[in-house]
Amino acid sequence: MPRIAVTVDGIGYEEDVEPRLLLVHLLRDRLGKTGTPIGCDTSNCGACTVMLDGKSVKSCSVLAVQADGGDVVTIEGLAANGTMHPMQQAFHEEHALQCGYCTPGMVIAAIDLLRQNPDPSEEAIREGLEGNLCRCTGYCNIVRAVRRGAAVKTP
Amino acid sequence: MTEELDAGLVAQQVAESGMLSEPGEGKEVGRARKRKEDARLLTGRTQWTDNIQLPGMLYIAFKRSPMAHARITGVDVSGAKGMPGVVAAFSGQDFADEQGSLPCAWPVSENVVIPDHPPMAVEEVRYPGEAVACVVATDRYLAADALDAIDVDYEPLPVVLDMTEALTDASPKVHEAGNRAFTWTFAQGDMEAALRDAPVVIDRTYVQQRLIPTAMEPRAVVATTDGDGFTLWTSTQVPHVLRVMLALTTGVPEHKLRVIAPDVGGGFGSKLQVTAEEVLCLLLTRKLGKPVKWTESRSEGNMTVHHGRDQIQHITLAAEADGRIRGLKVELLADMGAYLMLVTPGVPLLGAFMFNGIYKMDAYSFDCTGVFTTKMPTDAYRGAGRPEATYAIERVMDELADELGLDPIEVRRRNWIRHEEFPYTTIAGLTYDSGNYEAATEKALALFGYDKLRAEQADRRDRGDPVQLGIGVSTYTEMCGLAPSRVLGSLAYAAGGWEHGSVRMLPTGKVEVVTGTSPHGQGHETAWSQIVADSLGVPFEDVAVMHGDTAISHKGMDTYGSRSLVVGGMAVLQACEKVKDKARKLAAHALECSADDLDFAQGSFTVKGTTSSKTIQELALAAFAAHDLPDGLEPRLDADATFDPDNFSFPHGTHLCAIEVDTETGMAKIRKYVAVDDVGRVVNPLIVEGQVHGGLAQGIAQALFEEAVHDADGNLLTATMADYLLPSAADLPDFVTDRTETPATSNPLGVKGVGEAGTIASTPAVVNAIVDALRPRGVHDIQMPCTPERIWRAIR
Repeated sequence: MPRIAVTVDGIGYEEDVEPRLLLVHLLRDRLGKTGTPIGCDTSNCGACTVMLDGKSVKSCSVLAVQADGGDVVTIEGLAANGTMHPMQQAFHEEHALQCGYCTPGMVIAAIDLLRQNPDPSEEAIREGLEGNLCRCTGYCNIVRAVRRGAAVKTP
Repeated sequence: MTEELDAGLVAQQVAESGMLSEPGEGKEVGRARKRKEDARLLTGRTQWTDNIQLPGMLYIAFKRSPMAHARITGVDVSGAKGMPGVVAAFSGQDFADEQGSLPCAWPVSENVVIPDHPPMAVEEVRYPGEAVACVVATDRYLAADALDAIDVDYEPLPVVLDMTEALTDASPKVHEAGNRAFTWTFAQGDMEAALRDAPVVIDRTYVQQRLIPTAMEPRAVVATTDGDGFTLWTSTQVPHVLRVMLALTTGVPEHKLRVIAPDVGGGFGSKLQVTAEEVLCLLLTRKLGKPVKWTESRSEGNMTVHHGRDQIQHITLAAEADGRIRGLKVELLADMGAYLMLVTPGVPLLGAFMFNGIYKMDAYSFDCTGVFTTKMPTDAYRGAGRPEATYAIERVMDELADELGLDPIEVRRRNWIRHEEFPYTTIAGLTYDSGNYEAATEKALALFGYDKLRAEQADRRDRGDPVQLGIGVSTYTEMCGLAPSRVLGSLAYAAGGWEHGSVRMLPTGKVEVVTGTSPHGQGHETAWSQIVADSLGVPFEDVAVMHGDTAISHKGMDTYGSRSLVVGGMAVLQACEKVKDKARKLAAHALECSADDLDFAQGSFTVKGTTSSKTIQELALAAFAAHDLPDGLEPRLDADATFDPDNFSFPHGTHLCAIEVDTETGMAKIRKYVAVDDVGRVVNPLIVEGQVHGGLAQGIAQALFEEAVHDADGNLLTATMADYLLPSAADLPDFVTDRTETPATSNPLGVKGVGEAGTIASTPAVVNAIVDALRPRGVHDIQMPCTPERIWRAIR
């Protein structure tokens, strides 16, 4: 069984994993990182999105062995010193979540979107978040939250 | 069913109650409070069912039927039993003596046929994905691996897919008793007279395609036992209903069963159910004495979470030459799927009283036949019956307008109930307590820029622009706030529609609220805190709301049908009133005055004309210490209340949609969407707007994107998110939302409910817009979802 070393939310782990183990199951079932949920099995919904080496990935579509040597940031690792990340705060301010199941992935995807485009238009936000599905909000407030998050980051 | 309702009396009670202070500066009700729920949801500390890990937990995987209809001739699980990590494997036969039948709580008519519905199929499978065996293993991967080692032999049986064919004598049968599940009729007024010599008769058939509700959180169940009692965590909307039903189904005594709905990731009706997997997980923990967990994959979910809609509606509308409606005749076929689940046959009945919409008429008849097919059962999906009814009447009103050359707004105006006519008893027998369709429509027209868009439409038509503009109108009302218990009883529903709330002042002055409703995204913790803060005069932050656990919330009827605030919020408010009554007695005792001499404001009782006062927090401590209570008063400052509404509530609104249709490609793109809703008094405008947005998205998705598709063999072709088109942010526009506020008179909060409004109104608004764009090309209807291909074909 391959042994991998992976950093998750700032903590280093060494784990023996089956080659077929998905990163999301490593996070949830082995490391107790249940903040990252699973919404589908075809990589359509994006609920399981995490940062891997600074870029967003759908952790249901990454094998744990592919994360060997990698640095993973999940929704649980975004807040610093008890203060929410500006994007988390923006989602709260704009009521951009209801049931909250898509939210971890949506927030991570939004942060990655701003990394690539710090000042996106509404259309760019909608296109940029196409890979993350939400069934509750109709997306209006998510778009507003990303705009607010962008405003905080690029004053 | 409405004779006993006296809206006028209720309105008077509301006026006299003074139960809730008016919204204003510093008041909580009406404020756009950010949600209390958000912190845990935003930081990944949410308690989803699948997050729960118990020592020694085992994982369940289900072997599911690849066929829509077949006789099971053999199941051999022995191969699975030898696989690594496998603890046990079972077939349906192994549960046959204990699994009972999944319940149907709504036997709608005398002639209803409720077939036995084993949680795990024993002799026959009747829809694709039905469970036929299961594996219990030490790891979810190993459980899934072992499924391949189970052999199941099937003898294929003919499938039944088309409702009309299913009712012919030649059709194969889903159940021995035949394919007719029930018939149900309602008639008021003289339909024959309405149709006779009617200047205009519009005859249309609309198809409500089958939808897959698709809450983002897949279902999951954890069950455990200590050898005596059982605890079940499940992603459900209805922990209380489920507990009763599981006790009745499995024989686990009700008092030995605790059901917990932890954080639940959306429901939309799909988790208003007693599922096969919930029953089987409970039986498996009973068999094995170990904690078990099952989490569905999305493709399992698309196949086996109940589906929604799926009706064929034959509509006949008779009208005068000036557009006034004489009568409406509805003949409905409703696809039940293979079995009747919790409220399957009741869904079309929830629409039966809504086909007349907001309009006046002299005759109405409704004739519904429930039909069995070899598909997943249908059941409640956002709106449940009411979107279907609203779609039909709002589509046919546009047809009437077209027939008479009237503007669609004008034809509605000539027929709707005028605001001075409320309360108004409709032809379907409901008493609409309040409403103002004129005001909502005026506001929507202004926000939309109706005249300007009509001018642009005319211009594009004149120019022969390949991109045509369509304008869709939808006015609606819905019956929600489910429901007066005696009305449910008269409709043969097995339970009541009351709701319960507890309010407890703690010794430190903080407040614990227990609600019988079970939220899954609606923000009850925030909204209920606002209601309590205003009523008791305590800080919003000092209120905690608990729910969804039958050991904490002893009584409840759960969350569906836009009922939580209207019924559950009212129960909490009434409990607050009882707390205040007791506090007043305590205060009078402490301040040595008569209870009548006390004023209550901002959380304090003050002796009239003095500064002598006691805060409610001080009184909570005194009630805890109990050192000096007046005779007859029990310690602690808390109260329970149960609210059973006298009437439904009737939100309404006007939605306008402008859509650009590319006549060369068939692509339809929403350019502007305006929703003006009247949901009565608003507790939290932020939450209300969010509910409208989400409802719009789902209603628009029915119009444009979503459809459960089966092939000729009955296989579900849309079993994954890759095949079933949920809209993404890129597929939807921004929405313009606004409100009018006509308080409900049926409850002292004046609230009406908002969970379903957007979904109900938006589907006809979008389809009306597409048809409107293409009318000059002779298009009168397009089957939903209006895909580019269907639009393109309709033009040619």
